[in-house]
Amino acid sequence: MSILHTVNKSPFERSNLDSCLKHANQGDSVLLLEDAVVAAIAGTAFAARLTDAAKMVKLCVLGADLKARGLDPAKVIDGVAVVDYAAFVDMAAANNAVHAWL
Amino acid sequence: MEEDFEGGIVKKFMYVNRKAPYGTVYALEVLEMVLISAAFDQDVHVAFLDDGIYQIKKGQDTKELGHKNFSPTYRALEGYDIEKLYVEQESLDERGLTEADLLVPVEVISRAEMAKLMGEMDVILTA
Amino acid sequence: MKFGILVNEGPYNHQASDSAYQFAKAALEKGHEIFRVFFYYDGVLNATKHSEPPSDDRNVIKNWQKLAEDHKVDLVVCVAAGLRRGIVESSLAPGFRISGLGQLIESGIQCDRMVTFGD
Repeated sequence: MSILHTVNKSPFERSNLDSCLKHANQGDSVLLLEDAVVAAIAGTAFAARLTDAAKMVKLCVLGADLKARGLDPAKVIDGVAVVDYAAFVDMAAANNAVHAWL
Repeated sequence: MEEDFEGGIVKKFMYVNRKAPYGTVYALEVLEMVLISAAFDQDVHVAFLDDGIYQIKKGQDTKELGHKNFSPTYRALEGYDIEKLYVEQESLDERGLTEADLLVPVEVISRAEMAKLMGEMDVILTA
Repeated sequence: MKFGILVNEGPYNHQASDSAYQFAKAALEKGHEIFRVFFYYDGVLNATKHSEPPSDDRNVIKNWQKLAEDHKVDLVVCVAAGLRRGIVESSLAPGFRISGLGQLIESGIQCDRMVTFGD
């Protein structure tokens, strides 16, 4: 059993991502979308936390939301995969449940 | 009837509450969702973590707000056979609360246990 | 695979409805079924026929309508949440219908996955 967690808020604004990472189990997936994509970029105050998390869960970020915010998909943290909506669908299908951290 | 209609499927549902009441409508409308789900004979779990634990804080008085105080409804859940209420210990600790501050009987579990429980669910609904 | 979608927010304050729409479109393109999209909380505002966004912006309501037309997606607005917010039968854009919260629970039971989009 594994979960796809989705997070859509910036960790600089809300605790959703923090709480999600504290509740994700080994082998789960976490998808950052909407405003949460800012957490995926290297060099932010949150980057070390995410790098750490990438050892335990599969981390992904929605490319469309990065680009919309002027963030370069090439500058995401190592271990974070840039995905599209089709891959989002694949991940929802591949895990047993989807948990939206709102 | 429900069983026949739904083909006898029983899934593990979890309603995750992470937001305080009154500031937004989510707590109230999640509660309405939980009540409706009682009619479907599913395995219902209601989780309170982060600010969600304020939803079941004792002594809520909304008179001055003009809001309806819906907190007594949590105590009525048992009457609908919704008895699996979970509260996360760490969330209580972070907010300086204890189980004695809660208005309904719950099972207090650790964050690790909450994470494990979430991993066992078929459907997770949040707001 | 059979997907159920829950939309918690209205069409223009939050990106939730847009993200849900993009997800639904991608799922259909991959040959999956969208069993139902359920609109709850302020999400019921996605069903209004009175929305007229500026012509250079996307039309969130029309996007959903087109999805319903092209793929027979069931767009359900919660009756109780709708009443609170003034969304009733006569406010509905074509393609949407009003029903009870039970339709959301049924979606959870019938679908292989429930995916929620909100704030």
